[in-house]
Amino acid sequence: MTTEVQEFKTQATKVVGDLRHRKLIQTALGKYEVARDKRKGAFQSWSEARQVAAETKWDAINHLDEHLVSFADKLEARGTKVHWATTAAQARDIILGIIQAKNAKCIIKSKAMTAEEIHLNAAMEKAGFEVVESDLGEYIVQLRQEPPYHIVFPAMHLTRHDISDLFEKHLGSAKTDSPEELTMIARRALREKYITADVGITGANFAIAETGMVSITENEGNARLTSALPKTMISLLGIEKVLPRMADLALFLPMLATAGAGQPLTCYNTLYGGPRQPGESDGPEEYHVVLLDNRRTELLADPEQRDALHCIRCGACLNVCPIFKNVGGHTYGTTYSGPIGSVITPHLRGLQNWKHLSYSSSLCGACTEACPVKINLHHHLLQNRRNSVQKEADPQEKLIFKLFAWAMNSPGLYGAGKSVARWFGPLHRLVMGTFLDPAKAWTKTRDLPPIAETTFKEYWKNRQ
Amino acid sequence: MTERDKILGRIREALTISAPPPGEHGPETHHLAGHPIQFAPRPAATNAREWLPKVGETFEDQVAQFRACSDDLKTEFIVAESLADLPKILGDLRDRERWKQAAAHRSDLTDAAVQALGLPTLTVDGGYDVRALERCDVGITTCDALVAQTGTLVVTSRSSGGRALSVLPPHHLVIARRDQLVADLPAAFELIQQRYGADYPSMISLVTGPSRTGDIERILVLGAHGPKKLTVVMI
Repeated sequence: MTTEVQEFKTQATKVVGDLRHRKLIQTALGKYEVARDKRKGAFQSWSEARQVAAETKWDAINHLDEHLVSFADKLEARGTKVHWATTAAQARDIILGIIQAKNAKCIIKSKAMTAEEIHLNAAMEKAGFEVVESDLGEYIVQLRQEPPYHIVFPAMHLTRHDISDLFEKHLGSAKTDSPEELTMIARRALREKYITADVGITGANFAIAETGMVSITENEGNARLTSALPKTMISLLGIEKVLPRMADLALFLPMLATAGAGQPLTCYNTLYGGPRQPGESDGPEEYHVVLLDNRRTELLADPEQRDALHCIRCGACLNVCPIFKNVGGHTYGTTYSGPIGSVITPHLRGLQNWKHLSYSSSLCGACTEACPVKINLHHHLLQNRRNSVQKEADPQEKLIFKLFAWAMNSPGLYGAGKSVARWFGPLHRLVMGTFLDPAKAWTKTRDLPPIAETTFKEYWKNRQ
Repeated sequence: MTERDKILGRIREALTISAPPPGEHGPETHHLAGHPIQFAPRPAATNAREWLPKVGETFEDQVAQFRACSDDLKTEFIVAESLADLPKILGDLRDRERWKQAAAHRSDLTDAAVQALGLPTLTVDGGYDVRALERCDVGITTCDALVAQTGTLVVTSRSSGGRALSVLPPHHLVIARRDQLVADLPAAFELIQQRYGADYPSMISLVTGPSRTGDIERILVLGAHGPKKLTVVMI
């Protein structure tokens, strides 16, 4: 077993038994489901909207080269510097290069999963920069020195009391159990940072090929401030973020809000098309866009799973997944958790070490049903399993299936096996679940039905 | 070879094999290199109106819908008969909110609002001191459009005094004209593209309600980082 599997199993066992965690997640996601269904119902046709969104993303991804060229050229024509990074290390170096050249001290960041993916904060802190996350949830998990729990709701696993204690410890604020007061404490702490930060770093939700614009969706206004006040702005985005046309947003923005948080529209949906232009009263003097590959082109080369690049990171598949709800976001040990994370992580980080995620699924298909761009998620989990076996089968598993096939193909052997099982059945019941049980890993959480007194063959014989 | 060429090269190589159209996962017949599949994707941009939530056709319907959305979002929405009503409306707002210091950009509508308020006002056009703006109680701007479908306002760095005026002060006051109300999101994007063409502002923002967060136990709190209050006055 690889360490990733062991870590997953240990964490999952721990979290599944944590009733406090379960209650928190159930409350949060219960509220989400009610709101989302109401918003979906307001669409004239949610199902048609999904199909068209999927087709639009198909166009974007299957003509990615043309769209990226248009996106980059249009941005550069208006004074933005576009950088291309094949690897995470290159992207980190590009960004470090920019902030070092600016002699920056303090960096303010709005939420960016791509920055988590390339471990940007750690790299900037190591290089001596002060880095502040400005999204409230991200700020909380940054203070806790934790990765985000969920791609949309980073601090979903914490109660107001946890957060009050955290703020007391780090910011010296008084204890409170009011979410509003807690939010205001963070607001005050971060205001000063927006004003003094030298560089603002953002992620992106969409890259508009037609006009050369980066589209950012957020509720808090923190990305708006991050891109308004510092003198230098950097946006880091995966190459798969493209949408062909600006007007595609008329459908994608409400779909993202509905699927992601059960909102009709997220509070701020903002398009950035360059640095401060002549005649404008503020805005950054420099705008840098960093386009990240980081093995996305490998996923692109697999036509069967290419649609995983359609993902708009709404988090809907996490919210409905029975595995995510039970094991929680941190157990995955990946940047992207839940069904989409289980599908893409093997492509981004290597199949053999991350194939276990494709097995931790009930294959119920709730994820595929929830996806606003119709990514075939649960089929991709099956394909990952198939690919992992085709590439490198587990010798023990291979032997077991060989023996199984042999027994099933020889009636005599099958009959004998049955008789032995009938003798051993009652004996096994005596030790079931204890350390003497050879099948403990299975029987610990599952019941084994008793073996029937007569076999079908015997029954048939007697009947005749 | 630049990194751009390398990445584009890998993309082009990957795309020599076609992917099945979305929503299909039948037998693997599409995966043959050199046999591009015949599939014409429908763009979301063209017919989004058919699937999005319905919007009333008359002006009155659309005002009613903008009001209903505003109520949900906790946006304050006030309809004024004419510019002559501004002193009364804004005077009441100023007294209720105890505004002492305002910030605004120059335009017919905002100039009228500033005059009606009669407060010391920071003008942002051509640059300003960020700390001074941060101390202002209200930021007054115009907008490009109001969207009935979602209760959204469209602001840009050109029409609304740059990037910070509409998001840094704790109260955002928007003065709009009734002919700026559009039915839905497709109409809003159409308007943006018609107005600006290729010479668009560096920032275009669709603002839907005052700033909010649900990051603590999914409980709604207004005024996370942006304005705690949003008031739209339509003349």
